Amino acid sequence: MSSFATLVIAGLATGAIYALIAIGFALLWQASQTINFAQGEFVMLPAFFALVAMGLGLPYWAAALITFVLAAVLLGAMFKRLLVDPMLKHGVIPLAMATMALAIFLKESVKDLYSAEAYPFPSLVPPVNVNVLGTNVSLQHIAIIVVALVTLVALTWLLDHTTTGRQMQATAQNPTVARILGIPVERMIMLTFLINAVLVVIASLLVTPIYLAKFSSGETLGLAAFVAAIIGGFNQLRGAIVGGFLLGVIDNLAAAYVSTQYRAAVPLFILIAVILFRPEGLFGRKEERTV
Amino acid sequence: MMRVIRQRPVATAIALLSLAVLLVLPITLGRFGNYMLAMWATMTIAAMGLNLTLGYAGQISLAQGAFVGIGAYISAIMTTNGWPLGAALVVAIVVCFAIGWLLGYPALRVQHHYLAFVTLSFSTLAYLVFRNEEWLTKGTYGIYSIPRPTILGYSLKHHLDFYYFALMWLVVISLLMWWLVRSPWGRAFTALRENPLRAQSLGVDTRLYTLMAFAIGSTMGGVAGVLYAPLVEFIDPNPFALALSFNLLLMVIVGGSGYFLGPFLGALIAVLLPEWLRDYTSDFYLVAYALLVMILLIFSPTGILGLVDRLATSRRARRASEARAAETPRIKAKEGA
Repeated sequence: MSSFATLVIAGLATGAIYALIAIGFALLWQASQTINFAQGEFVMLPAFFALVAMGLGLPYWAAALITFVLAAVLLGAMFKRLLVDPMLKHGVIPLAMATMALAIFLKESVKDLYSAEAYPFPSLVPPVNVNVLGTNVSLQHIAIIVVALVTLVALTWLLDHTTTGRQMQATAQNPTVARILGIPVERMIMLTFLINAVLVVIASLLVTPIYLAKFSSGETLGLAAFVAAIIGGFNQLRGAIVGGFLLGVIDNLAAAYVSTQYRAAVPLFILIAVILFRPEGLFGRKEERTV
Repeated sequence: MMRVIRQRPVATAIALLSLAVLLVLPITLGRFGNYMLAMWATMTIAAMGLNLTLGYAGQISLAQGAFVGIGAYISAIMTTNGWPLGAALVVAIVVCFAIGWLLGYPALRVQHHYLAFVTLSFSTLAYLVFRNEEWLTKGTYGIYSIPRPTILGYSLKHHLDFYYFALMWLVVISLLMWWLVRSPWGRAFTALRENPLRAQSLGVDTRLYTLMAFAIGSTMGGVAGVLYAPLVEFIDPNPFALALSFNLLLMVIVGGSGYFLGPFLGALIAVLLPEWLRDYTSDFYLVAYALLVMILLIFSPTGILGLVDRLATSRRARRASEARAAETPRIKAKEGA
């Protein structure tokens, strides 16, 4: 029983990270029809920014700060200006293809400029286990869940209770009407890209101590985020959050009870089933489009 | 055939000239050059299949690499157990057609990015099967010493001979494809891409054609795989991971999706350009390649042939308007007189 509880908590920790990545993914889709196939690489890259900064002798907090700034500029603003804006008018699929090329570009750049090795990464809390109600729980997992939940609550609050957040939602729902109502649509879309950059950095700082910093680690993370976003529902943030947590728990339970070899297959079967039987996601609304 | 030559003399001349170059060029190249050209021919076949699914029928697929893998494993397993390559080809065609047909069903329900993710999942599942079913695929150890075929007692173990073998298949499949896209079937595929609703209302069985687009495209991936295994003589699951599907998709897009020659050009760039760049940029060739692809997509999302097409069209339009402009004063002069 206690091992089951441990598995679920580990699953929630993994799921919290998936949720952060999936939300960013869903936000970009809502704000500017961007299917970011490089989202996993966006999580891989900040860890290397931090490693380089720490390699120059900076303390953890300063390295983290620099990472946030670099990510906001490169993965937020420049990604939007240089790739998304020129590609957007060509349609959804060409833009998605361009992000596939971007994924290759980022992955290979890290491999060639830094290294192809996997590097250890400092964690926020010491890697010890604590006893909670008779169950051994890794302190790291608790820290991940707490940080992720705080981030999610803050984001939800921003979107629901501030003027800027409501303007962002209006922009996502109907950019034309939003523009008529005087909302600075362009600025709101840019803000969404910046929020995505912040989310991927948080995810990166949380996940890298567990999985190590490696140029190829974005592949699995990106795939998990797609699956989480689709299971939950592409057009609902709540969906992406629940999808992320659900996927994390399923992932860990599948590894323990199904087989380690086919662990990766379980989420994919769920994905195919959801797409075939409930394409709008478990919690999403149907997207209505004109022909 | 004769009609084609009469109607399109320039295209026929270019096709024959290219074929002549492809026949003569490898003699001047070394072993590695011949190997890369054979790889180009193989990947072109796979990309042509994806071009049918994506470029003509408009259904995105991230599973073409998996079909190359299925074909390669069928080819490797059968030929190492003493079966001839021809038998492997028949089995691969049947298997890939059936699986491709089944993979088409999700496309009847969902489109665009959802379809991308379904096919992407299939690709990952296929990779897991290649890696984990060791009794069949020998898992990560891979299958060694896959024999090259022997034709009428003549072995194709030299790269040059195998290249001509692959080129022959490329020519045969190109001719079939040429015939297919010009047949009523090809027209129906295009109708499906341009406006599925309208195609259906005009009596095109969109259901059948969507499934067919997937099945035929996937079969061509399988055929490419059957050639791939004896070409490299050793296979393990890694070349058939998701990256191959992405690469094949980029080949189709870079060349020009929906253009007959798109896959030839795309595969040429994807297979040979990195090797050529390697001489200049050492390790950075993939970075440079990805960057070039992004820049190309920004300027021309319809690929290189799309760019050529656009330039040709605008030149034709300019020439026509110049001709009109030249006409106008004469008419005025006539009116004045």
